[in-house]
Amino acid sequence: MNRQIRRLGVAMVMLFVILFAAVNYLQVYGASGLANNSANPRTIVQSFAIHRGEILAADGRTVLAKSVDTGRKLRFQRRYPQGPLYAHTTGFFSLKCGISRLESTYNDYLDASSNDLLGSTLSDLILNRPKRGASVITTIDPKLQQIAFQELQRAAPNGGAVVATNPSTGAVEAMVTIPQYDPNELVQPNLRRQAHACTRLTDAASDPLLSNATDQLYPPGSTFKLVTLSAALENGMTLQSTVPNPSELPLPQTRLKLHNFGGEHCAGGAPRITLEEALIESCNVAFGGLGLKLGPQALFDQATAYGFDRHVPFDIPFSEGHFPAPSEFNDRQPAVAFSAIGQFDVGANPLAMDLVTSAIANGGVEMEPHLVREIRGPDGQVLKSFGPSVFGQPISPQTSRDMTRAMVEVVDSPNGTGSAARIPGVTVAGKTGTAQTSSGAPHAWFTCFAPAENPQIAVTVVVLNGGNLSSDATGGRVAAPVARAVIEAALGRR
Amino acid sequence: MRAGHGQRWGEFELHPDMIEAQRGVDRARSGAQLALTIVAILLAVGAVVLVKLGVGGTGGSRLILFGALFVVGYVAGHIAIRKLAPGAEPAFFPAAGLLTGLGFAEIYRMTPGLAVDQSYWLAIALVAFVLTLFFIRDHRQLDGFTYTIGLLAVILLLLPVLPGLGATINGARVWITLGPLSFQPAEIGKILLAIFLASYLNRKKELLQMAPRRVGPFHLPQAKDLGPLLLAWGVAMAVLFLENDLGQSLLYFGLFVVMLWVATARPVYLLVGFVLFAAGAVFAYKTVSHVEERVAVWLHATSTRPCLANGDTIACVYGGGYQSAQGQFAMATGGIGGTGLGQGSPQDIPFASTDFIFAAIAEELGLIGSIGVLLLFGVLVGKGLKVAVEQEDGFGKLLAVGLTGILGIQAFIIVGGVTRVIPLTGVTLPFVSYGGSSLLANYILLALLVRISAGPAPSRRKPLLASPAEGPPAPPPADGAPQQPAGDAPATQVIR
Repeated sequence: MNRQIRRLGVAMVMLFVILFAAVNYLQVYGASGLANNSANPRTIVQSFAIHRGEILAADGRTVLAKSVDTGRKLRFQRRYPQGPLYAHTTGFFSLKCGISRLESTYNDYLDASSNDLLGSTLSDLILNRPKRGASVITTIDPKLQQIAFQELQRAAPNGGAVVATNPSTGAVEAMVTIPQYDPNELVQPNLRRQAHACTRLTDAASDPLLSNATDQLYPPGSTFKLVTLSAALENGMTLQSTVPNPSELPLPQTRLKLHNFGGEHCAGGAPRITLEEALIESCNVAFGGLGLKLGPQALFDQATAYGFDRHVPFDIPFSEGHFPAPSEFNDRQPAVAFSAIGQFDVGANPLAMDLVTSAIANGGVEMEPHLVREIRGPDGQVLKSFGPSVFGQPISPQTSRDMTRAMVEVVDSPNGTGSAARIPGVTVAGKTGTAQTSSGAPHAWFTCFAPAENPQIAVTVVVLNGGNLSSDATGGRVAAPVARAVIEAALGRR
Repeated sequence: MRAGHGQRWGEFELHPDMIEAQRGVDRARSGAQLALTIVAILLAVGAVVLVKLGVGGTGGSRLILFGALFVVGYVAGHIAIRKLAPGAEPAFFPAAGLLTGLGFAEIYRMTPGLAVDQSYWLAIALVAFVLTLFFIRDHRQLDGFTYTIGLLAVILLLLPVLPGLGATINGARVWITLGPLSFQPAEIGKILLAIFLASYLNRKKELLQMAPRRVGPFHLPQAKDLGPLLLAWGVAMAVLFLENDLGQSLLYFGLFVVMLWVATARPVYLLVGFVLFAAGAVFAYKTVSHVEERVAVWLHATSTRPCLANGDTIACVYGGGYQSAQGQFAMATGGIGGTGLGQGSPQDIPFASTDFIFAAIAEELGLIGSIGVLLLFGVLVGKGLKVAVEQEDGFGKLLAVGLTGILGIQAFIIVGGVTRVIPLTGVTLPFVSYGGSSLLANYILLALLVRISAGPAPSRRKPLLASPAEGPPAPPPADGAPQQPAGDAPATQVIR
């Protein structure tokens, strides 16, 4: 029997060696894999033990996101006191729906894991209090944001977006999108409801979690003529250069013809038209011909100089504008004409177009857009500040002056399409756009800056599918009044 | 009186030097046990105090009660062993005590309410430990009632199946409820099963060793001798299917097969046993959804899938694998040094106080703690088998193997399940897990191991081994008593 008992001992030792190996695997070798397992609630719960920093508006007082101490297991819960208004700027920090936008981008500051916060975290540890994160102070002006939202909602109840930036710094001062959602739904204490809200919002056909100002791309329509005109001026033409002005433009390789808006004949039916007049009247025939003359490469180069199809650094996800690569136009000449007036496969959103307008306003120098002014530690000291940063120079100062002159005429000239943006005592430079869509009524655009002689604010508006005017909508009628209201507010006239 | 001793142990042959030497060994062992017990008390009380400091909050008076329970209970246990079973293997009691202390600290850390219950049960278990040592003065007392004990064991194992008495808690029908009390009779049943098997196999081993037929390299016993094996298989399967308890089923059958093999030295029983259990397990896998689920969880516990249909949301683990995955995450969080007592979040694991206590210890005490627990079980199993080898009677050997086997197999089943070496089946980790029946039964089991290791209780040996100070007064020589039998002379001399 003793032999069997000794063998049993050996077998037992072997079983325990297996367990020994297993605990070593779980606790040492495989531990980091398990710790980073996306379903591991410990990591998530730990992140809720931190007094996460606030997200504030530019005034440093308006609270966009804050943490409240619930005393429960998931101790610090996020609250968004402004409701839906800043949802697409702050994003959310949700147990069931994840983390997005500024909450995600500046997570290391907000949750105090950044090395810049080592000092204060250490003192929190010594004083045995929850780690406190840094506060993120955005560039958003709460007054501007509020007015932009009110005006946009009136014009575009079914969808649209507004972006307002300071052309000389790139600071985003207002960013509004419709439809909205309330991020508080995604941080509600009832986790089942939280998960349900997440599913509902992610599955909704209107994509409320996406921002129409920065995520989606729409045909920019005639606002893209700013890019086409820039390309012409950068390639040796002037505002007074003329192009043929037929009543309709026969297109190569096809029997299709390009028409003007409403089938009109620009410049009173004159055979040729200056580029300035073509912009003022937003003459499709003239710009289609101009695009064919410049060719896809010149248009593409100008668009990318403005930031299309390039990486533009921004604090939250940003879909830069898109212009098809020149190779896509081989044997597709009509597409070049359509692209020159912002149709075909050209795509943009208000921020992408606002970068174009801002560059024109800023003497041809394009600033990187930014949403965050500074980061302050829990004790109020500034840990990091974000100054203006140049993205590039898409056009020369001369082109910038010429473009500004033409854009002022778009608003001020009796023939101009942007007269709805006129503000007594302020020179507004703008450009309308009415983009044909496959989905019904056109998207109405307006992009502008003011005052033209000393630009302080650039505003771009898109009203999707005609907004409250439906198929009667044009950029001048629906979008320009929204932009005007934002400019008035920015210049202290409201 | 002395004639009675002639039947035991061959004590007549003990030379006084040997007796002195034996007493020296006893004293040394007792000293070692005292030292180890003090270490266990310090570690257990220290762990509970650290938990208190780690978690914070109020209720410090309880802490004093718990500390007093450990000090008084363990010292009393030590003294009881010293008095009732001198010369016992010194590692058993302190090792079990330390396991209980670590488990208690974690239970207190996770659910202070359960710790109060557990403290009552620990007191009861320690009393039962002493009483067992007191009443079972020689393990051979247990060898007399083979079939009564066997029947009782089967009844206890299958009692929860009875309607009205049995209760299903957390999916397994292993409880009986009597008023406010619920109890797992199988915890006591498994000890009786080990006693029955030791007794039965010791008597029948020659019969079972006969293997007239050869099949390949294996000698097969006669069909009628396979009866008990089939009966044990039947009981194990009944536990599996009627009580829905995989872990206990595996434990009983494993225990039976191991003891049968040790008794008969016939490897064929291991093979037949394995085949029978495998057949039962496969059948259970095919027919009981609960079993199939356990296997699926075992394979996929930490593989993730999105919780929600769309995009960048947090992930979920495999359907029923939440508990298992939480255990894995807890152990990973612990790492080498652990989070520190009271600093982790083992309470997030469902049933962390019972089935997953090992993961809780591994989280807060790290690899150091989990390896420590494994080593303590290694000590219990190793010393238990050493005691088995040292026994001279077959019953004692088999009983020691059986009792040790219960501890070793049960620890492997649950730790293997928690670490996903094998599919998870819910059994307690002996001495460590929360659970009154389990704690009580395991301390009785430990008392039996202590008893076997120490040999018969000293009171019956007293006349033989008594020292002048404490022995009965020697008959005065002046009485002119006739010379005692030669064989007794040395003993008389010792008395003088």
